[in-house]
Amino acid sequence: MIANQQLITIKGTRDGLILKIDDQCAYEDVLGELKEKLSLNALLEEDRLISVKIQLGNRYVTKEQKEKLKEVVRDNQNLVVGKIESNVLTKEEASEWKKHAEVKPLVRVVRSGQVINVEGDLLLIGDVNPGGKVMATGNIFVMGSLRGIAHAGVDGDFRAVIAASYMQPSQLRIADAISRAPDHETEGVYMECGFLDEEADKILIDRLQDIIKKRPDISSFERRMLNG
Amino acid sequence: MGEAIVVTSGKGGVGKTTTTANIGTALALLGKKVCLIDTDIGLRNLDVVMGLENRIIFDLVDVVQERVKTKQALVPDKRFDCLQLLPAAQTSDKSEVTPEAMKKIVDELKQEFDYIIIDCPAGIEQGFKNAVAGADKAVVVTNPEKSSVRDADRIIGLLEQEDIEPPKLIVNRIRHHMVQNGDMLDVDEIVSVLSIDLLGVVADDDEVIKASNSGEPVALHPNTKSSLAYRNIARRILGESVPLLSFDEEKGFFTKVKKFFGIRS
Repeated sequence: MIANQQLITIKGTRDGLILKIDDQCAYEDVLGELKEKLSLNALLEEDRLISVKIQLGNRYVTKEQKEKLKEVVRDNQNLVVGKIESNVLTKEEASEWKKHAEVKPLVRVVRSGQVINVEGDLLLIGDVNPGGKVMATGNIFVMGSLRGIAHAGVDGDFRAVIAASYMQPSQLRIADAISRAPDHETEGVYMECGFLDEEADKILIDRLQDIIKKRPDISSFERRMLNG
Repeated sequence: MGEAIVVTSGKGGVGKTTTTANIGTALALLGKKVCLIDTDIGLRNLDVVMGLENRIIFDLVDVVQERVKTKQALVPDKRFDCLQLLPAAQTSDKSEVTPEAMKKIVDELKQEFDYIIIDCPAGIEQGFKNAVAGADKAVVVTNPEKSSVRDADRIIGLLEQEDIEPPKLIVNRIRHHMVQNGDMLDVDEIVSVLSIDLLGVVADDDEVIKASNSGEPVALHPNTKSSLAYRNIARRILGESVPLLSFDEEKGFFTKVKKFFGIRS
């Protein structure tokens, strides 16, 4: 029935191959045709690795199915799977995404010994006192005094930032980087923002208004989705 | 129905027991029926500061283990009829008492007294949990030093999790000349970090130590600054709006704090 119908269209681009897979047929058929197609295309006898992008359209595949697809592609030739794209998400994944993309507002004082852990961005209306700790997978914004520890990008998002109305932290942490206050007594600074500078490979603090130059995409939803 | 106020601090040695004794005495001076409870089992002090050590027959643990009725264990004060003390045991330890038992005792005493002042032990373990269990309100005592303020902050965080009104702050042992030189945290700074209402400020005063050693709470002496400070704290607990004392001729600094109090009812 499907014999004369193309399930997989292969397109070559400068960046590699794009495999467009029909989203109406059975998964087994796709696997079968994929094996067949790729063995036919054995003419791609080149040395270099070719990146393959698989577009699934409106098909949902489970993790195992995804792995199987990758395996088939990898087995046959000198191909590597760059990305698998699908328009479909499970509810679980979607809510997970949403969580990471949300700004979570919190009205309280984080006192000594208290730890706040948030997925996505944290908007704290109140202070972080010395000995208190706030953590977020995204950015941290403190409308109040930051005197304790703030850890942004806990899951490794090194582009996360930490902003505070009054910045006098004992430590700032972004992804894996840590910076601490100097040993001598210092005054805090008002309306500043900490970020991880890639060149210097350390956390710098700058005026809040200047953060737009370093992180122009800070407010965009897509950035958070991709990082999530 | 009275109310129970726990006096706590986290850190040891900041003046919880002295504060308890003096607030209790000052409230009694104002004619209220007051019961002091010492929950620092194993390291009791409140009876010594009140000068009632020799009169103790039964204690808190006897009450908890139902060897005696609560009323039998109360030690009446030698100066006021309306002031009584429920002393802690010296021979047991804090695990002898549970929060539930404490709550029961405090609830019972609330029927009889206007104010129950509970002296909390240092630390955040069992003793603290016991002391806080029956309380309706809390007073946090801190000294103007960083370590003490840190611990007060921690304690306030723990109190917020309890079913209790937001705590009030007493800054104890302020030395005015050191604050002026910038060697000591000033009251404004402490209040801004802890962000709770200020109940009073007590100066560092030799008289307090003298009074404690002689078993006569300083609040009984009418002429010292610290005595006035404690009496004012008692009046504020009763709901009066009393301005803060100025320690010296200095004004600028305390008018600010006064202003802060002006807003409070």
